[in-house]
Amino acid sequence: MTAGKPILVVADHDHVSIKSATLNTVTAARQCGDEVHVLVAGHNAAGAAVAAARVEGVAKVLHADGAALADALAENLAAQVLAVAPGYGHILFAATSTGKNVAPRVAALLDVTQVSEITRVVSADTFERPIYAGNAIQTVQSPEAVKVITARMTGFDAAAAQGGAAQVESVAAVADSGLSAFVERAVTKNERPELADARIVVSGGRALGSSEKFNAVLTPLADKLGAALGASRAAVDAGFAPNDWQVGQTGKIVAPQVYFACGISGAIQHLAGMKDSKVIVAINKDAEAPIFSVADFGLEADLFEAVPELVATL
Amino acid sequence: MKVLVAVKRVVDANVKVRVKADGSGVDLANVKMSINPFDEIAVEEAVRLKEQGVASEVVAVSCGPAACQETLRTAMAIGADRGVLIETDAALEPLAVAKLLKALIDKEAPQLVVLGKQAIDDDCNQTGQMLAALTARAQATFASKVEIVDGKARVTREIDGGLETLQLALPAIVTTDLRLNEPRYATLPNIMKAKKKPLDTTTPTQLGVDVAPRLTTLKTAEPAGRAAGVKVSDVATLVAKLKNEAKVI
Repeated sequence: MTAGKPILVVADHDHVSIKSATLNTVTAARQCGDEVHVLVAGHNAAGAAVAAARVEGVAKVLHADGAALADALAENLAAQVLAVAPGYGHILFAATSTGKNVAPRVAALLDVTQVSEITRVVSADTFERPIYAGNAIQTVQSPEAVKVITARMTGFDAAAAQGGAAQVESVAAVADSGLSAFVERAVTKNERPELADARIVVSGGRALGSSEKFNAVLTPLADKLGAALGASRAAVDAGFAPNDWQVGQTGKIVAPQVYFACGISGAIQHLAGMKDSKVIVAINKDAEAPIFSVADFGLEADLFEAVPELVATL
Repeated sequence: MKVLVAVKRVVDANVKVRVKADGSGVDLANVKMSINPFDEIAVEEAVRLKEQGVASEVVAVSCGPAACQETLRTAMAIGADRGVLIETDAALEPLAVAKLLKALIDKEAPQLVVLGKQAIDDDCNQTGQMLAALTARAQATFASKVEIVDGKARVTREIDGGLETLQLALPAIVTTDLRLNEPRYATLPNIMKAKKKPLDTTTPTQLGVDVAPRLTTLKTAEPAGRAAGVKVSDVATLVAKLKNEAKVI
């Protein structure tokens, strides 16, 4: 039995602070057991370790610091998790691009199966997870001695970022595997809230017609609402919006307070990424668009007229 | 350079699956099956590497029932040179698939293995990473660009917030994201030609791999539905509802 063993959360961070998805993962971890530890593996990452120690409900922070951990390379980060893994009954990652990249590597090295993208902890060994793009919810039970899990952010509330006072313990950092090397990173400059945890998301589809129109029509609405911008796969594939704006089964999964779907038909793959939003607003001139079947408020109108009018009215 | 591509037979992306009334799973009787879309992208990428003269041979492998032969023929119609079916009727978890692929890699010794980043049925997103771990190789997941330069793989990856480029020592494991390429349509002559390409069959037992599932699925349920909403007549009504009824703005 793993009951009683501490739970390890592998933090997603930028060395200075921890990513908000880690807060949701801490909540998932606390539902698996009482004692939650957080591993901050990075380079000059004391800031992130201190931030992790302040998260409510965290009992201890393990801080591994070394040059090999500067870029979250899967080989090195997995080795670091393995180095501290003994004694833990659960190892949780946020289902971010970093967590999804590393968690299966850890699971395979421990010879355990992984439970991906859980949305609910039923008990310490039983979890709910969506399959078939969210068209079915599976409840699975894992008998593994160590449960390696990725937690979907939208399934769990964020733990309070302040209020904790965990001790930070330094652990030895692993050496570089030599297998892969970081070359460069091109991060989209973004003054807006992060898509994954924005309170309001304004999303556009293929109906926008071009990158110029996408920006000209949707940016004023997003500015007015302080919203993040998102896009359907069709809009991203057509080059109207950058790929990390994609909302859907294979893109970002979002659950904001309000989701504005503008000119988005509502393909299954897109719905899978946003149907847990609190309020969905659909603006589409096609009365038959499937998006209307999930929208709380549907406006059958030409978005090129309705969106500017909306900006003026708000 | 030999390239191995793993392909999975899944419910076609356009089929809306139904959950069985008894909660035992989703109803797969008489639904259209296809090659997993991300794996199709993987095959296309491997074939392009061959067309560029970088790869010498493209081997497609699939794990599952005999019907996976169709999936392998699809891969060969795109341009894979031959297929290997690891035949089993057992339900396979990603860890088992990774172990099967490792056993095959030990025999085939490819320099590059390309897989889809996730299958659209179980949405696990695990197999490539697990295979990289089991073979102690470098990995680059969610690839949007793959180049082989000076005996190394240079891979651009889609990450939260942008793109990242890694350089991997070969042999390496790459998993594909949507924008890596747009797979070609297989032409009729190529579909005919694919029928004559070699397709070997082996089994988990012959490869010495235990594929018994570890997880128990307790139930499969429909997701909670959304209550039907309302259509509003104009922008003013929409704003009023958002402000006064939903109180979210």
